Amino acid sequence: MNLPDPNQLIDALASQIQPQLKPDTALLGIHTGGVWVMDALAARLGVDLPKGVLDIAFYRDDFSRIGLHPQVKPSKIPFDVADRPILLIDDVLYTGRTVRAALNLIFDYGRPASVQLAVLIDRGGRELPVCAEFMEARMDLEPNQNISLEKNEDGRLQLMLKQQVATA
Amino acid sequence: MSRNLQLTEDGRLRHLLTLDGLPPRILTEILDTAESFVSVGDREVKKVPLLRGKAVFNLFFESSTRTRTTFEIAAKRLSADVFNLNIAVSATNKGETLLDTVANLSAMQADMFVVRHASSGAPHLIAQHVAPHISVVNAGDGRCAHPTQGLLDMFTIRHYKGGFHNLRAAVVGDVLHSRVARSQIHALTTLGCPEVRVVAPKTLLPRDVESMGVHVHQKMETGIKDCDVIIMLRLQNERMQGSLLPSAGEYYKHWGLTPEKMKLAKPDAIVMHPGPMNRGVEIASDVADGKHSVILPQVTFGIAVRMAVMSMVAGSTAAGGNA
Repeated sequence: MNLPDPNQLIDALASQIQPQLKPDTALLGIHTGGVWVMDALAARLGVDLPKGVLDIAFYRDDFSRIGLHPQVKPSKIPFDVADRPILLIDDVLYTGRTVRAALNLIFDYGRPASVQLAVLIDRGGRELPVCAEFMEARMDLEPNQNISLEKNEDGRLQLMLKQQVATA
Repeated sequence: MSRNLQLTEDGRLRHLLTLDGLPPRILTEILDTAESFVSVGDREVKKVPLLRGKAVFNLFFESSTRTRTTFEIAAKRLSADVFNLNIAVSATNKGETLLDTVANLSAMQADMFVVRHASSGAPHLIAQHVAPHISVVNAGDGRCAHPTQGLLDMFTIRHYKGGFHNLRAAVVGDVLHSRVARSQIHALTTLGCPEVRVVAPKTLLPRDVESMGVHVHQKMETGIKDCDVIIMLRLQNERMQGSLLPSAGEYYKHWGLTPEKMKLAKPDAIVMHPGPMNRGVEIASDVADGKHSVILPQVTFGIAVRMAVMSMVAGSTAAGGNA
């Protein structure tokens, strides 16, 4: 399967978002792929938008099944969330569970004016009523396939498609 | 039962009973996880939903304010329901055994026990007998261990010093009776601190102290010289009544941490104390409240560290870990 170049997707996403930015819009990227997309987007959007980082480990709905993620990173929102338009950013939209967790996390910082979702790829397979306002590519993947954004040694972003190995 | 009561077969933290024998990987994972919990305390809603619907029982057979309160805050910030048992006026006084007390609380659908007990090994005994979904966290047992205090001290050191590999640390005072000192020494050596000193009069040192990999000093003048970290221990007043020490005044003169003695340590040294402090016995007020002191940040970090421990042990039982 030919995978799109994420840098082109980010270019297109930026021009989609640009006209809809409000003066006080802030960006929140979901760790880790979403943070890379956010940083690349912010560079292309050209304006100095406030940025924050979300790690949703404390809000996952599978804690009671798999426990705590061992490499949780601190969430950092260096601005007041209350009454702000938020652009939530991730690399791939799949079940919608990550977005649900991120929304709960954001609301524990305050009540935003609005939250919009921007992703590079919608891979289908939704399990919750979530959709993205800004989305660049749609792919139909099998449940055992996993697409993710990776960062090369030279800092260049790349999409990777992996076939999941069956676990015992 | 797995080889180590504290770990699941796939190596996750199942109970926290002692830092002795825990691999560096687990200690670092606890400190890293705690790092993410610190900022939860700065938010509008200071809670995360990890332990929603879980029942945490604080079983304190020995009195405590700071430790019990910070465990309670930690559990509540994880959204657990917390039950504080005042054992001094409860069934144990009527003759119930420890394991019967625990069995009854388990029948009330407990998910976690936080245990402080005057007898060394009490939390281990409970951990050996609880159901697979219940975790035990030691909040101080006898002279044995106080692992969350040791961990919050390590968190504090890492916060101010960035790591352990170039540090000289001194633990000063009543090492003999201190479960805190044991946990600190195990944690410091496990995390790679190259020079751990204990500083105390001979009567307050355990006989086996050198086997813990520490350098022994009986004088403050050599003991805290060029140290990056000074950990003061509480001198328990009841020790004065025996023949271990001449008097509180005499102790202060030789082993109390004063501004003058602080000049021997590195200029950027930090001073820690697990509390409660005896001002004018083991530490001067000018030092306790001075620029080197990180005693109050220790208390705040204790909440994040206990949140990390509780969410990790609860997560390991959730994941079907077997004891």
